[in-house]
Amino acid sequence: MSEQKIDGFELKPGFKGMASDTGSDQTMFKGVHWGKAMMWIFLLSDTFVFSCFLISYMKGRGSTIVDWPNTSEVFSLHVGGVPVPLLLIAIMTFVLITSSGTMALAVKYGYEKNRKMCGWLILATAVGGLTFVGMQVFEWSKLIHEGVRPWGNPFGAAQFGSFFFMITGFHGFHVSIGVIFLFIYTYKVFAGHYESKKRGWFTKMKGDYVEIEILGLYWHFVDLVWVFIFAFFYLW
Amino acid sequence: MSDEYDNNKSYQAQSSEVLDGSAGSINPDMDYVRPAEIPEQDLYHAHSFIEKWIFCQDAKVIGVQYFLTAVFTGIVGLILSWLMRLQLGFPELAGFMTAEHYYQFVTMHGMIMVVYFLTALFLGGFGNYLIPLMVGARDMVFPYVNMLSFWMFFVAVAVLMASFFVPGGPTGAGWTLYPPQTILEGTPGSGTGILLMLISLSLFVIGFTMGGLNYMITILQARTRGMTLMRMPLTVWGIFTATVLAMLAFPALLVSAIMMTLDKVLQTSFFMPTILKAGEVLEYGGGSPILFQHLFWFFGHPEVYIVALPAFGIVSDLISVHARKNIFGYRMMVWAIVGIGGLSFFVWAHHMYVSGMNPWFGFFFATTTLIIAVPTAMKVYNWILTLWRGNIRINTVMLWCLGFIVTFVNGGITGIFLGNVSVDVPLSDTYFVVAHFHMVMGIAPLMVIMGAVYHWFPLVAGKMLSETLGKWHFWITFLGAYSIYFPMHYLGFIGVPRRYFEMYDSPYMTSTVGMNEFISVAAFIVGAAQFILVFNIIKTLKTGKKAEQNPWKANSLEWYTSTVPPEHGNFGERLPVVHRWPYDFSVPGAKDDFIPQTTAPSEVTNTEVEKT
Repeated sequence: MSEQKIDGFELKPGFKGMASDTGSDQTMFKGVHWGKAMMWIFLLSDTFVFSCFLISYMKGRGSTIVDWPNTSEVFSLHVGGVPVPLLLIAIMTFVLITSSGTMALAVKYGYEKNRKMCGWLILATAVGGLTFVGMQVFEWSKLIHEGVRPWGNPFGAAQFGSFFFMITGFHGFHVSIGVIFLFIYTYKVFAGHYESKKRGWFTKMKGDYVEIEILGLYWHFVDLVWVFIFAFFYLW
Repeated sequence: MSDEYDNNKSYQAQSSEVLDGSAGSINPDMDYVRPAEIPEQDLYHAHSFIEKWIFCQDAKVIGVQYFLTAVFTGIVGLILSWLMRLQLGFPELAGFMTAEHYYQFVTMHGMIMVVYFLTALFLGGFGNYLIPLMVGARDMVFPYVNMLSFWMFFVAVAVLMASFFVPGGPTGAGWTLYPPQTILEGTPGSGTGILLMLISLSLFVIGFTMGGLNYMITILQARTRGMTLMRMPLTVWGIFTATVLAMLAFPALLVSAIMMTLDKVLQTSFFMPTILKAGEVLEYGGGSPILFQHLFWFFGHPEVYIVALPAFGIVSDLISVHARKNIFGYRMMVWAIVGIGGLSFFVWAHHMYVSGMNPWFGFFFATTTLIIAVPTAMKVYNWILTLWRGNIRINTVMLWCLGFIVTFVNGGITGIFLGNVSVDVPLSDTYFVVAHFHMVMGIAPLMVIMGAVYHWFPLVAGKMLSETLGKWHFWITFLGAYSIYFPMHYLGFIGVPRRYFEMYDSPYMTSTVGMNEFISVAAFIVGAAQFILVFNIIKTLKTGKKAEQNPWKANSLEWYTSTVPPEHGNFGERLPVVHRWPYDFSVPGAKDDFIPQTTAPSEVTNTEVEKT
């Protein structure tokens, strides 16, 4: 974003310059693709959704009359008979953050018009996301097996299960949607739709590698939300 | 890197056309408008009847679809209000109605009018139709998503209406849906009804998000050349700010709906405390009903402004056009809209003064609530100063605008009463509250909608609505609305509680009979008067006088399309280039009393026109 000059439009210095650039004609965010701006605003809205969930969780956890379950016990895995707290969740977080890295590389190769690399990296991201969801399914089934239910659990406050399943479920839903789109875009990139300017199946619009970046924005957001969920559920 | 996408070729083509394109005596320095920053929009034209009128991607058709669907739900809401008034005024005639029915009607009337009628009408209806036209865009930026938005709204309405036909009927918990009673047995519709309501609200939020992203990006990133933010009509500012509010407030509604659905379906206890029912402890326990109230009102208060801000914006434009004067204090108006929008996120708990919250909390929210009165009052003064010494046309549109100002001031003043904790507590849950919010966010925005319908109908349909019928419509509605809601303030002062099916053996049983009958009769008449508009529209479409282009002599871009009504793509071959704000009316020295936004400065050199 340095020394930007967008098609005859030179950004002016200082606060006044910023104000007049912002209010100037045609676009507020100079040179920003429509879809990218849309994704940012959608993510802002989605941030409010997750904030409402997490604030409700804090309020719910803070005001229960029964003790909250000891999370380092509930979330531990037994390896060779020894409980290892946070093991599964550490692996899940590692996988998801890694998939953010491959996504970022996919964006880079996309802009460099390196179709093959871009496609493989999106596929890697999708596989990472799928692995994450798979591990989440494993975690859920383990907890359900141990008797944790949305309406109650043997370890403490009933709200533990309620909030845990709701919020990780909502996040997992986001990841799953992302994975579906990652697979779709893997196909689009490998099939060369951006080079041939093939129109979209539904929207009938021509695509562009900027779509990979838009998808990447969503994916990084889902990872970022996970960091907060991780902190609030597993470390608190 | 990230900002390069290879559409640069079409920029040049467009920018070269600018300087030599406009006709004749052009002064390139004086009339300079920066070259285009964005390429021409790639539009998908409809190929069949279904693509053109049903699954249509043209924002104008989507706007009309939103409008008609919202009006349909509005008529349902109106009929529900008739039934309520029948019970309150003439209970002997309403023998078919049980208390459960009454609660269901109250609930559905409230939810329909606030969310499915007003919000959808202003943002979905007027937003879709006017935003692309007013900012000089060919269409919304994501036409396909825009289409999905309408159909999601349509499904939400269908689900809502379906709840009338399920066993137990729709929910009767009051439009605020307060737990725990909402989902407990004994509340009407606590089975399927409430579930359908929650599902419908979630669908509405999803659908609105799709539309809202379109409105915001179209306004921010797809304006025509020369259309700076401070040259946008106030209508666009109002709808834009309301959309921002909606994008940030609806998440709270979505979250509370999801949590309540889980409370209902999976017996979680997010909002449910330990409950004794007939000596038996229910399975719920440990949740917080107050949490729901916070989430709901964090959505609910911005929602008031989601309805009000587009009304503020539209009425500013209507007043300016029909008083032939520039809007007084345009920038102040813009900042007032933005300021009200920002403040509206910090006042929600004034709906919860009687929830038992800490008095300091109430003090904080009373303060923020009263601060909102400042930008709001600025707007009212500016409307009046716009009228001051204007060349006012007393036509139907202007009548609705004047009606709006009076009604809004009225409802605003009672809002100041209710914003103060000490006054609010005794008035809580009385008819004073009912009168207040119907005045300020029911009747007032409705007046703007009516004015806007009479104003923009010639653009949408190409024909002029009948002024005579319009004036009848206005006067019956205006006088009738006051007959309904003025006495309600008094009912509130003497303490009549709202939402009661009947007054049983209370002293109100006898003392309010006459007044309730009067209010009910007025409500029947006002409701019926709305069908004058329906009749007027049908009659005009059949036999009405053809409208000329720009019949009101307005300046904003929607009146300068290539055809009336505008076709897909709006502006023909070339997008308009904007040189001024839309409020250059009665400029001294100009040959007409209006200067369109597209008029270049060199064409009006001998006038005292302001630089905007």
